[in-house]
Amino acid sequence: MRLVTFLFAASVVLVTLLLVFELWRGSVLPRHKFGFAFFVTSVWDPIFDQFGALPFIYGTLITAGVSLLIAVPLGLGAAIFLAELAPARVSDTLEFFIDLLAAVPSVIYGLLGVFIVIPLMREYIQPALKKSLGFLPLFQGPAYGVGFLTAGVVLAIMVIPYIISVSREVLLSVPRDQREAALALGATRWESTWKVVVPYARSGIMGSIFLALARALGETMAVTMVIGNTPTISASLFSPGYSIAAVIANEFTEATGDLYLQSLIELGLVLFLLTFILNGMARLLIVLTAQRGSGMGNA
Amino acid sequence: MSARVRWRKFVSAFMLTLTGICAFVAVAVLFFILGYLVFHGGSSVSWSFFTKLPAPVGETGGGMANAIVGSAKLLLIAALIGVPIGFLGAVYLAEFSGGSTAFVVRYAADLLNGVPSIVIGIFAYSLAVLPFKHFSTLAGGFALGLMMIPITLRSTEEFLRSVPNTLREGAMALGASKWQTIASVIVPAAYRGILTAILLAFARVAGETAPLLFTAFGNRFWSPGWNQPTASLPVMIYTYAIAPYDDWHRQAWAAGLVLLGLILVVNIVARAILARGVAVPRS
Repeated sequence: MRLVTFLFAASVVLVTLLLVFELWRGSVLPRHKFGFAFFVTSVWDPIFDQFGALPFIYGTLITAGVSLLIAVPLGLGAAIFLAELAPARVSDTLEFFIDLLAAVPSVIYGLLGVFIVIPLMREYIQPALKKSLGFLPLFQGPAYGVGFLTAGVVLAIMVIPYIISVSREVLLSVPRDQREAALALGATRWESTWKVVVPYARSGIMGSIFLALARALGETMAVTMVIGNTPTISASLFSPGYSIAAVIANEFTEATGDLYLQSLIELGLVLFLLTFILNGMARLLIVLTAQRGSGMGNA
Repeated sequence: MSARVRWRKFVSAFMLTLTGICAFVAVAVLFFILGYLVFHGGSSVSWSFFTKLPAPVGETGGGMANAIVGSAKLLLIAALIGVPIGFLGAVYLAEFSGGSTAFVVRYAADLLNGVPSIVIGIFAYSLAVLPFKHFSTLAGGFALGLMMIPITLRSTEEFLRSVPNTLREGAMALGASKWQTIASVIVPAAYRGILTAILLAFARVAGETAPLLFTAFGNRFWSPGWNQPTASLPVMIYTYAIAPYDDWHRQAWAAGLVLLGLILVVNIVARAILARGVAVPRS
């Protein structure tokens, strides 16, 4: 029986290796034909068999960046509240809702993005940003509603639960003496939190942010539905764009010709490697804090 | 009280209030999503939504019966792949192995768990669609099953490990073999946790859309057997939401409500099962 369970466990490793192998083997044509130029050229022309991934990489990074700018302060703030201020029962109840929020499928976020966020952006937020901050190149151009900013906002809503859950756990694992020592020295509640507890949990919080970043980079449906699906590189956040995951979702079934299909698979490989590295770093950081804060256990 | 102290107290109160607002906003989003879906989708969920096929393009009415059945079939295949591998793999990790093999398996599972769902779709496409040259229910279920494996595996292992060692030793002392110990003592002791793990994995893949786009594809009719493209609720929501017809938007909301309702109910049930059992560490 030991052997049977071993075979099942080994199949997990096998599947994972096979996945990497398939992505590598499946993208052999564009890797040979374009080499590194694949990442730095921005022509995506299936008719003339020219494939450059720059607009997609750009769109993926920009939307993920925007989402973190919004999600990190909000998520960290909420995590601090849940870990430091709220009574245990309130904190657990709210965490329960946060967990449910993390369970909402991405296509539902996309649905709400299409029918709520896009009109809201077009009618109110983008005109308001243009009026107040329009001198920045970030907030120029026509307000379509779809685009980098909208995708970033929807992504932010999606990754906030991850930041809250993980950050709350690491904040709770900070030993009690740290807080008491700070308070005994005359620090206010906020000072003890911000200058002692948060720095103590710093690497775990960074871990939660990497985790959120990996999610944001790989997110497909919600982004596809709101980003505008136009391969452009523009300084303006109002501009419609494209992301790696979105172009795979949209063009994979329509890709004619091996080079086209394999270019899309190479994009998948890029996405895989990006999230692989980020997830690895995140796990390392979370483990590091958990070890340091083991005094209180995982409350 | 000096002005400086008063200022520090003010900052403290202000920032702490701010964190409270952050928490409130985050939770409010959930209720907003739920409320909006109920408000918009509630009126469109009708008997015909569950029993009728999609109406031809341009006509109003119709339902998503085929997508509901399709989703159920996809999830069945996913469970057939994900649950045995996840469960038995976890038994191996928790009960038999130590050291480097376990590390490699765990690492692979975490890696698989972090793979973006669209990349899982590509993988399933090259393994289960390309060789057969057509989209199928099997390929879609395979993709979802792959996603279920790491979730089931890691949390099941966690729950098996939380069974106290004294139980193992007690069973062994009574003369039970290793396998009898596992089957009649350890797994029953951890069954709530394992059930929770499986239900959560189920809820997670039930809403996945990206891996189905080019494995199960879509279908506006019934999909008999397992070897043809099939409709599924998440893909239906996607195609209906981005289509230009108002009636399709209405149905997308209805489908969204049904799907989210299902997922949230499973989530709540799973957590309730766990909460009733003995204390186990959270994963």
